[in-house]
Amino acid sequence: MMPELGKYAFAVLASYGVSLALIVVLVAMSLMRARRVRAELDKIEERTKRHG
Amino acid sequence: MIALLTRDLRLAVRAGGGFGLGLAFFLIVTVLVPFGVGPETGLLSKIAPGVLWIGALLACLLSLDRIFALDWEDGSLDLLATAPLPMEGIVSVKALAHWITTGLPLVLAAPLLGVLLSLPADGYLWVLVSLAVGTPALSVIGTFGAALTVGLKRGGLLLSLLVLPLYVPTLIFGAEVARRGAEGLAVQTPLLMLGGISAGAIALLPFASAAVLRINLR
Amino acid sequence: MSIWEYANPVKFIRTTDLVLPWVSALAVAALVVGLVWGFFFTPEDYRQGSTVKIIYLHVPAAMMAINAWVMMLVTSLVWIVRRHHVSALAARAAAPIGATFTIIALVTGALWGQPMWGTWWAWDPRLTSFLILFLFYLGYMALWTAIENDDTAADLTSILCLVGSVFALLSRYAVNFWNQGLHQGASLSLDAEENVADVFWYPLLVCIAGFVLLFVALVFLRTQTEIRARRARALLARERQA
Repeated sequence: MMPELGKYAFAVLASYGVSLALIVVLVAMSLMRARRVRAELDKIEERTKRHG
Repeated sequence: MIALLTRDLRLAVRAGGGFGLGLAFFLIVTVLVPFGVGPETGLLSKIAPGVLWIGALLACLLSLDRIFALDWEDGSLDLLATAPLPMEGIVSVKALAHWITTGLPLVLAAPLLGVLLSLPADGYLWVLVSLAVGTPALSVIGTFGAALTVGLKRGGLLLSLLVLPLYVPTLIFGAEVARRGAEGLAVQTPLLMLGGISAGAIALLPFASAAVLRINLR
Repeated sequence: MSIWEYANPVKFIRTTDLVLPWVSALAVAALVVGLVWGFFFTPEDYRQGSTVKIIYLHVPAAMMAINAWVMMLVTSLVWIVRRHHVSALAARAAAPIGATFTIIALVTGALWGQPMWGTWWAWDPRLTSFLILFLFYLGYMALWTAIENDDTAADLTSILCLVGSVFALLSRYAVNFWNQGLHQGASLSLDAEENVADVFWYPLLVCIAGFVLLFVALVFLRTQTEIRARRARALLARERQA
């Protein structure tokens, strides 16, 4: 049920494509970094706790 | 303050770096532009004011990292910070020294380089005036950028990235004065705005630069 | 109960952990509803044809690009005045989000401008201001990454943010002036709020809400990350000293 975009289909689709891609990349990068940093911190905290 | 100024000026002249280099760079940029856009006189005279402004701006940018770098390396910046002179004064003097060694020669050289770009006869005065009014702002803003990046090893590129956006309003109004002057239009509004930016930057930015320098020396 | 309680990193993380799933879910829901509504169920504009659908991305992104900078300005001020680390880190966390929204606004603007104005890029005041805003974001982020000491970086970037805000406003004004100087009265920008009919307005509102929520969720998440990263660095430094 694609709407009829007429001769401007490229502009509209490209806008949605680029924007959604950018948002997905931003969210993915934020999530990945959050996970990595959290794991790192857990590791370090675990180590410091053991050593006292 | 005057002692600091004369010291800075003497250093700049002796080291020869900032003084001649900026001018040479200005000359080269101006010479390269016709190679890039073609030798057609009409086109050149049309873009001449803008090219002169961009050339002056880039030449100014080139010498910014020297404002604090040498003093930072040999530790005299720490000495200056403990001197009775307030940091705001030091920063202002540094900016003034930079303007005298870089901005002023650029202003004086611009009309000569205007000949190369077949600047219209009406334009000489206004290019001179707009650069004379605008380059102090470039020096003061540049001093802020130099203070931000003073401790960094590879500060040069970052300095350009930080300073160039800050140069946008000055460039727009300055080039507008020169362009309108060259076309024989009224220049009052942009000239007033340019003067306003310069005055505001000279009055306020030393405080920001001084704060930044204090943080960097902490 | 005051807002300053959240200056405590532990409290901030605990609270945002509670709130984050809800905000994220709402953001996704609003974005999906708004964009699907806008893309599939709105009529074409009689003048602009289907390109009017770009508005659901362009306007919210542009709004948030500016609001993100304002938020950075406020948090920078809070850091300078009250020295709350979370505040400085929130400013750092917001910058890449703002920069991304600026790119979205610029790209969708170019894609919209091509069929409407016949060109990808015009030195229109708004477009130009956004490009300059993007440069400011770049400089700000570059300064954060360039400086090693966390507190120095926070101090320097917040001063840069203050000075940058003044110059960004000046540029906005200068660019307006400059463009009028070029072509008198030929206004290319369209005033979104003024002539938008209700059919386009409601989905647009949902999209704006979606972008705001997305921004909030991302700021929470990224600020948490920055707090944890700093704690990890501090612990490592202590370990090395011991």
